[in-house]
Amino acid sequence: MSARDRILAKLRAGAPSENRSEPDVAGWFASHRPVETAVQKVARFRSCIELAHAEVHAVTPNNWLGKLHAVLHARGVDKILVAEGTAHGDAALDRLPPQGIECSTYDIAIEAWKSELFNATPASLTAARAAIAETGTLILWPDEHEPRLMSLVPPVHIVLLDAAAIYNTFFEAMQAEGWKDGLPTNALLISGPSKTADIQQTLAYGAHGPKELIVLLIGDEQ
Amino acid sequence: MNAQPIHFKPSEGFRARSKAVVDNPFLRQSFRGAMDFLMSKRAAQFPDPEELESLRTLGEHIRQYNLGKLPELLLQLEDRLTKNGIQVHWAETPDEANAIILGICQRIGAKLMVKGKSMVSEEIELNHAAEAAGIGALESDMGEYIVQLAGEKPSHIIMPAIHKTKEEIARLFHEKVPGVTEYTDNVDALIQIGRNVLREKFLEADIGLSGVNFAVAETGTLCLVENEGNGRMCTTAPPVHIAITGIEKVVEKLEHVPPLLSLLTRSATGQNISTYFNMISGPRQPGEKDGPAEVHLVLLDNGRSQAYADEQLRKTLQCIRCGACMNHCPVYTRIGGHAYGTTYPGPIGKIISPHMLGLEATATMATASTLCGACGEVCPVKIPIPELLMRLREESFTAPHANPAMRGQGAGYSPLMSAVWRGWAAVYRSPVLYRGVTWLGSRLGWLMPARQGAWTTVRVPLRPAAKRLRDMLKERG
Ligand code: SF4
Repeated sequence: MSARDRILAKLRAGAPSENRSEPDVAGWFASHRPVETAVQKVARFRSCIELAHAEVHAVTPNNWLGKLHAVLHARGVDKILVAEGTAHGDAALDRLPPQGIECSTYDIAIEAWKSELFNATPASLTAARAAIAETGTLILWPDEHEPRLMSLVPPVHIVLLDAAAIYNTFFEAMQAEGWKDGLPTNALLISGPSKTADIQQTLAYGAHGPKELIVLLIGDEQ
Repeated sequence: MNAQPIHFKPSEGFRARSKAVVDNPFLRQSFRGAMDFLMSKRAAQFPDPEELESLRTLGEHIRQYNLGKLPELLLQLEDRLTKNGIQVHWAETPDEANAIILGICQRIGAKLMVKGKSMVSEEIELNHAAEAAGIGALESDMGEYIVQLAGEKPSHIIMPAIHKTKEEIARLFHEKVPGVTEYTDNVDALIQIGRNVLREKFLEADIGLSGVNFAVAETGTLCLVENEGNGRMCTTAPPVHIAITGIEKVVEKLEHVPPLLSLLTRSATGQNISTYFNMISGPRQPGEKDGPAEVHLVLLDNGRSQAYADEQLRKTLQCIRCGACMNHCPVYTRIGGHAYGTTYPGPIGKIISPHMLGLEATATMATASTLCGACGEVCPVKIPIPELLMRLREESFTAPHANPAMRGQGAGYSPLMSAVWRGWAAVYRSPVLYRGVTWLGSRLGWLMPARQGAWTTVRVPLRPAAKRLRDMLKERG
């Protein structure tokens, strides 16, 4: 008998005779989480993610590239990793280089340029698929255009988010988008820059991932 | 690199290890301060008692529902993961789990494994096994990295280096981290040092190893909760990712995750959510440019199926490893995590370790509790920890019998002690005997020795009063 069979046999032999009914998760959320207006959701998202040390800028579809430039300029960053083949990545590729910002793209497999990504890529721009107001959380679904490490390795991570895509809760986001019927290889919830409190409970940012998380929030009505 | 020998004997030396901490004012202060900090952060996250209670009830329900279907959910999980391209392995014992992991390392000729925080890998002593096989195993969670550098084990399941001051860590980095020429106890600078060392390793490593917080059966997804980004690094940057988890961590549906995640992060560190919540449902797909080419999951039993077989003990498996029970435990707060000598310290350690190590090694663990009930009150999934501690005391100290629920049942049983208690019970059951014994006691009390074992190390000797209450009442008339 394999370990698998032995473990399963033991569990089957010890299984409870009566099973519990299914938990009513939707019912709990319906009775415990108010559904907020778009404006309230944006405000709550903002305050939560700012509390987690992220920087949020209200932008419009027309001026976000200008804000991106200003954000990079303020930090003395003159190079950014963008995703070719996405609307925002292509816009950045068009507009940033003439303003003195070098744009690199993630167009080959990581093995071919791991060292460069880790050592010579100060910033990146990705889009968020959606966000969660309750916890100030960005939802990212990396794909072939915006691979997983784009949101992790560069010290400054800039995220473009459409305020219309903010849900009340994590539960609402997964239900509304039908996640159970198809998740990407790696879906991510991100709620601030990387951090640790492992040394004497003192909070420090930039533990392994980005030291700074900057959200460009399109359509923030505030 | 870990100093702990592979076979735990927590019962041995518990007293000495505890005393060492109690006698050390710095350590005592560290634990006290850290636990007060974590307790107040948790309290701030649950301002509404009704919400907390109803969420705990939901959390308990979700865990019990899923445990109720554990065998079928494991099969569903295996099926979905396999369809997603994740390879599933089963291990009954720590040795089997190590053999599976090292087998993968050897197949690909791995030299370096970077590890995210995984208490299950501590449970199987993977670092020892890897080292013996000539494979470097480097902890990448800052707290774990610190304890590994110090040749120690984590003293808390959420904050592994909670027992260390920043000055100690500064000295450690100065002495042990190559290239650190100057001493600094600035926390940001120390984190930067760790970050720089570990970034190099994420680049180099052939294997990334992680734990799992929830494994979702319906989607075949491994969920990981973390703040630092090292969990994401380990599961994304190296060409192979191996995850290891106890068999109890499976949930049937994705919708079961949000309530558990909320309970976990709020109970553990008082955050409304962790910085990263990583959901892995497959290796790199054609067209994708990063992510590991291979993803493996090792499902470990190690005594969990024993707990599963008993209705009361099964509740132990509801645990989501938040650590709140230890933060609120008056015993843990005073003696710290290392005193227990087990992978999981504190209240959760006391109820899970006997299943992993057998009562032979853990018979007295359940006695190191005041039974104040704080652990049970804060547990986000309502594990009745005090009730389980009582049960484990009984399993340890009653005479061995046939078909016990636990390995090592009766390990703490002593015929003499048992005879004493039986005599005591007989005296209290019979009025005649009771009167006789108390009469004798009040006259022969002076015969009681001045030293009465452990009792008199901190208390005055027990001595029956010269006059019985009943005699005094009689005299009063
Ligand atoms: S027993 Fe409860 S309180 Fe303790 S770690 Fe597990 S879930 Fe948390």
